[in-house]
Amino acid sequence: MDWTWFHRLASPPHVYRIAGTLTPWFAWPAGLLIVAALYGGLVLAPPDYQQGDGFRIIYVHAPTAWLSVMIYTTMAVAAAIGLIWRMKVAHAAAASCAGIGAWFTAASLVTGMLWGKPMWGTYWVWDPRLTAQLILLFLYLGYMGLRAGIEDTARADRASAVLAIVGVVNVPIIRFSVDWWNSIHQAPSVMKMDRPSMPADMLVPLLLMLLGFTLYFFAVLLVRLRAEILRRERSASWLREALSA
Amino acid sequence: MLAVENLHVFRGDRHVLRALSFELAAGCCLRVTGVNGAGKTTLLRALCGLVEAEEGVLRWRGVETSRSAPGYHAELAYLGHDAPLKADLSGRENIRYAVGLRRVLDREAVSRALERVGATAFAERPVRSLSAGQRRRIAFAALWLCGATLWLLDEPNTNLDTQGQELVAGLIEEQLRAGGLVVAAVHQDLHLTAGRRMDLVIPGGR
Amino acid sequence: MNRSLPPSSWPVAGRLVLERDLRLAFRRPGQLLQPLAFFAVITLLFPLALTPELERLREVAPGVLWISALLSSLLALDFLFRDDAQDGTLEQFALSGQSLTLLLFAKTVAHWLLTGLPLAVMAPLLGVALGVPLQALPGILAALALGTATLSLVGAIGAGLTLGARRGGVLLSLLTLPLAVPILIFGARATELAIKGAGYAGPMYLLAALAVLGLTLAPLAAAAAVRIGLE
Repeated sequence: MDWTWFHRLASPPHVYRIAGTLTPWFAWPAGLLIVAALYGGLVLAPPDYQQGDGFRIIYVHAPTAWLSVMIYTTMAVAAAIGLIWRMKVAHAAAASCAGIGAWFTAASLVTGMLWGKPMWGTYWVWDPRLTAQLILLFLYLGYMGLRAGIEDTARADRASAVLAIVGVVNVPIIRFSVDWWNSIHQAPSVMKMDRPSMPADMLVPLLLMLLGFTLYFFAVLLVRLRAEILRRERSASWLREALSA
Repeated sequence: MLAVENLHVFRGDRHVLRALSFELAAGCCLRVTGVNGAGKTTLLRALCGLVEAEEGVLRWRGVETSRSAPGYHAELAYLGHDAPLKADLSGRENIRYAVGLRRVLDREAVSRALERVGATAFAERPVRSLSAGQRRRIAFAALWLCGATLWLLDEPNTNLDTQGQELVAGLIEEQLRAGGLVVAAVHQDLHLTAGRRMDLVIPGGR
Repeated sequence: MNRSLPPSSWPVAGRLVLERDLRLAFRRPGQLLQPLAFFAVITLLFPLALTPELERLREVAPGVLWISALLSSLLALDFLFRDDAQDGTLEQFALSGQSLTLLLFAKTVAHWLLTGLPLAVMAPLLGVALGVPLQALPGILAALALGTATLSLVGAIGAGLTLGARRGGVLLSLLTLPLAVPILIFGARATELAIKGAGYAGPMYLLAALAVLGLTLAPLAAAAAVRIGLE
């Protein structure tokens, strides 16, 4: 099979251009969806019968928690593509994912803590979700640390790709072990958000927010990917032509 | 036997090897020269697959080496400018553990190799107590013993006295006579008196 | 020329690597004792920091033993590939025509025999100092032996990845510790149940499952990591 079209499609100049064109197509819908979901979640949705208005932080907490895992998976897939097909752009994409994912993980931790305060009177409980998020944050930090620790970009790409793949295999195992640990010690669980009985006027804004955050992630990823390509291709001739044009 | 086509290798941002092509037949020695930093070591490491080539094809016996790496590796031996020896082991032990991965050895075979390079006298001493030249001789005993068809040598004469350099020349000639191939990155002459020779000059170096 | 010598089979190659690492280690027994001494020091610091009451120490003993064992193992992991990478031995492994996965697996086994297993054997002794009843000692030994084996396998990946990195030692811990969380959870739980005199088969099965998973996947990842580190 001839793969040259594939490699041409994935060449840095091409991706740089496409990413620039695509960014607004993700950014605008993301902005609109988030504003709509905020209105729906903060104004239209009724207060929770148990948690009152405190539950509304779910509209930020749940999407960030979901994205933190999804971004790690995206990163690992991009890294695997880079490793298997030797595609530099895929490595650049994986590198761009890490920082965004770490911030989303941190955001989910902070919102989880803020939620815990009114519910349990303390900022930190060893809730299984929060604990797993914390370990995920360390996985992100390890990935970024390895990248920063290796000077040569190509080598850093490949080494961190192996780590991302090992990490993605481990994420479900870590989740399972933490749930198991929690079931033994029966620590309080604040965040039971997967109640099937959630009424539609609460659920719809949540789903909108989820979609909005996901689109926002892709928009930021494209911007960061462009920056990453610029950094990596700083001595390439296509870049000089593109900038002088 | 060994064919290199349009080889491009980068080290970081540097484009070290540009469009390198050559072909080496059985019984032939390729001398690779070039100023410091030109990429002699990089070429040797790319030839044995330790460094990824950005572009280009490497063929051994007509087959791309990336397709049959273990088979190709079993036929090549690479000696870098530092001899890969364990300081806490004796020369004999080093040879046993290094060459033993490739060939089934007995004590006598190792003794023969040690004698061939004139290392019998210090073969039982821990390598940490040996001089750089003596270590080099142990490394050559291992090289000779593993019976590889393709030798990739980085500065084979480093740290060797005149006698040692003659020994290396003798080993290379023997290898060529047996139909082997040698690629050697060198500064000085190899002092070969027999065997077919080719030269490759790597330009550049910054 | 010695093309007449027969080629080595893979079991021979694996055995040679194992033998070589054991022999090298026993040439420097001092280095061998370091992780063990470290293990003892950390464990025996806890009573000083917490309380000398054996009643209370017994409660925290599983955590103390496991955290100390984890840290001591990590300390030793840093040396798993470093020396061999520096003197060019790993390069020769990669070019030997044998499977690099196999050779590195043999090295990992040697590493476990030299650090993980002695740690597990020593743990009951330290357990006594933490007020652990005697009948719990076999359980502690078994859990730690299994757990450190998995840790060696997983740590080999980290050790390979940090070969070419600056300040590899700290980085190695940062990479490996999150991956070691399941081992810690199941291992500490098995130890806790053993100390309470309850059946600890459940968490041991989970530990064994992790070991099997590590056995099948980790050597491949470690070989990939080392190959990248050699470039």
